[in-house]
Amino acid sequence: MSTLLEVSGVSVTFDGFRAINNLSISIAQAELRAVIGPNGAGKTTFMDIITGKTKPDQGRVIWGPRSLSLLDMSESEIARQGIGRKFQKPTVFEAQTVRENLAMALKNPRGPFDVLFYRKSRATAARIDEIAEEIGLTDDLPRRAGELSHGQKQWLEIGMLLAQDPQLLLVDEPAAGMTPAEREHTTALLVRAAQTRAVVVVEHDMEFVRRLNCKVTVLHEGSVLAEGSLDHVTKNQDVIDVYLGR
Amino acid sequence: MNRSFIARNPSVLWFLLALSVFTIVVTVLSEVTGVGLISTSFVKTLGKTLCLCLIAIAMDVVWGYCGILSLGHFAFFGLGGYAIGMWLMYARTELIVVESLANAPLPPTDKEVVDAIATQIFGVVGSSEFPLLWAFSHSLALQLLMVVLVPGLLALVFGWLAFRSRVTGVYLSILTQAMTLALSLYLFQNDSGLRGNNGLSGLQNLPGLDAVPQSVISIAFFWASAVALGLGYVLFAWVVSGKMGSVIRAIRDNESRVRFLGYHVESYKLFVFTLTAIVAGIAGALYYPQAGIINPAEIAPIASIYLAVWVAIGGRGRLYGAVIGAAFVSLLSSWFTGGSAPAINLGFYTINWTDWWLVLLGVSFVAVTLFFPKGIGGLFDLIVLKPVADRQGDYGPDKGAWRKEEGEP
Repeated sequence: MSTLLEVSGVSVTFDGFRAINNLSISIAQAELRAVIGPNGAGKTTFMDIITGKTKPDQGRVIWGPRSLSLLDMSESEIARQGIGRKFQKPTVFEAQTVRENLAMALKNPRGPFDVLFYRKSRATAARIDEIAEEIGLTDDLPRRAGELSHGQKQWLEIGMLLAQDPQLLLVDEPAAGMTPAEREHTTALLVRAAQTRAVVVVEHDMEFVRRLNCKVTVLHEGSVLAEGSLDHVTKNQDVIDVYLGR
Repeated sequence: MNRSFIARNPSVLWFLLALSVFTIVVTVLSEVTGVGLISTSFVKTLGKTLCLCLIAIAMDVVWGYCGILSLGHFAFFGLGGYAIGMWLMYARTELIVVESLANAPLPPTDKEVVDAIATQIFGVVGSSEFPLLWAFSHSLALQLLMVVLVPGLLALVFGWLAFRSRVTGVYLSILTQAMTLALSLYLFQNDSGLRGNNGLSGLQNLPGLDAVPQSVISIAFFWASAVALGLGYVLFAWVVSGKMGSVIRAIRDNESRVRFLGYHVESYKLFVFTLTAIVAGIAGALYYPQAGIINPAEIAPIASIYLAVWVAIGGRGRLYGAVIGAAFVSLLSSWFTGGSAPAINLGFYTINWTDWWLVLLGVSFVAVTLFFPKGIGGLFDLIVLKPVADRQGDYGPDKGAWRKEEGEP
């Protein structure tokens, strides 16, 4: 498998605190990866670096077959390269309808004049319906996103991520606030998505990670502590000491 | 799926209908038709009010929809006014000069004519030469181009610098205010080339149309203002509907999230800022010939703050709200400050509205912000009431994001 994302030797310091310390991770073209670690291990900062929100002090982040450096790009350029992100706290546009939220995320030209002269087509409408079906919000398409429940907002955000059609999905705690049935649905959805693209899931919930049944990276104090199958890393003494033992 | 633009935005049709009826009624009642119920000076006031409504919808788009609280849009309005004023002054002075030189024993050369015009225009600031700024003032077409280009370019450069460095919220408001203040202070100087604090005057006299009575000219400008407002309303209704509107409102509520969707937020802000600045310039170019005079005090920061007050009182985030706010507050303001409002005698103190109007306006602004964030336009929600489930909290983390009171009832 060829590498899609290569993070190598990255370090970030916030006011003297080393949030990320010489971190190296590589993600393959179509793979599902879970990133776990205790609070403050640098999971969210890791995502911030990939999506361009935080610029690292040193190290390289190389993307895609053409080996582009993500560090020279703005957040929006990185998103257009095909990296989608779901936030821990669901952030949807609450003043707008579910349909508008999905339409905005849909993969289309992103320039102001492209958008100004954008015309709805049957194909995009069908795609929105398809996504709505997938995330179980078909009946809620005309509703304002602000009226949805917490779980539905999570779904909407996952739907927006799917609409972006990214090559790499960064998903921060997707199962938070979901019922057991919804968790199962999320698992299935992420596993399915990972067949055609790379999916990186940051998660606290071990049971959820177990169900994803994928390669796990354990972060601790800003660098990789262990990597491998869940069973492999849970047997690792270092991991037990810093994370599972507590 | 693809419903027509009007079907999706019924308010556009209602607005255009109301505007046409208003325009026709005013025309019929004016001195042009001989009815004379509405005086020529009041027609001018109404025409000016329509221009203020036009800049108010521009302000609503930039603030109410895109979340950029610009306190500098009157600078663009003023620049539009100066641009057209330069031609009006030049052309009219030229006619006067040519007429007076016609009796000279020798026919005047072109240079003599230009020098005489310069002496006429700039004598008041102790100069007799045309500054470079006036290079195009002889041509109506070029000055009309300046009406669009000057505000547009200033907004483009200023916006590019400000948005690129991600200045947002109150800091951006301060920056826009600094811009308008700097421009106003610059124009106050006698050597700025625009006659310092004298400004440009006599703009109500159109060159070559001395024979046409002011009653006709006032109606012509009133119609032009109404057409401009109608076109501006349709333009902005189109911009803020559909996907563009969706992205703009998303930027208002949570701009960093929009970035992660792949939209280059700064380009969108720049687009909205520049477009609204151009419309503000056009509104100014229609306003000042009706006002007759423009001077640097017109672009002092307070004017732009009033603009924000009108939009807030009318209801931000809906175009007709901005129109109502601008028309209502500016007409009320001229009624109160014009001395027509009866003074209230409290026995121990007499409230003269010329002094107390600003206090009343300030109190109403605070009251609207606190108790009726939807403004006057929010009253329309009472007519078209759609029961919607409760929601809690504001609509986004950004400073300009809608607060929860501004959502659907």
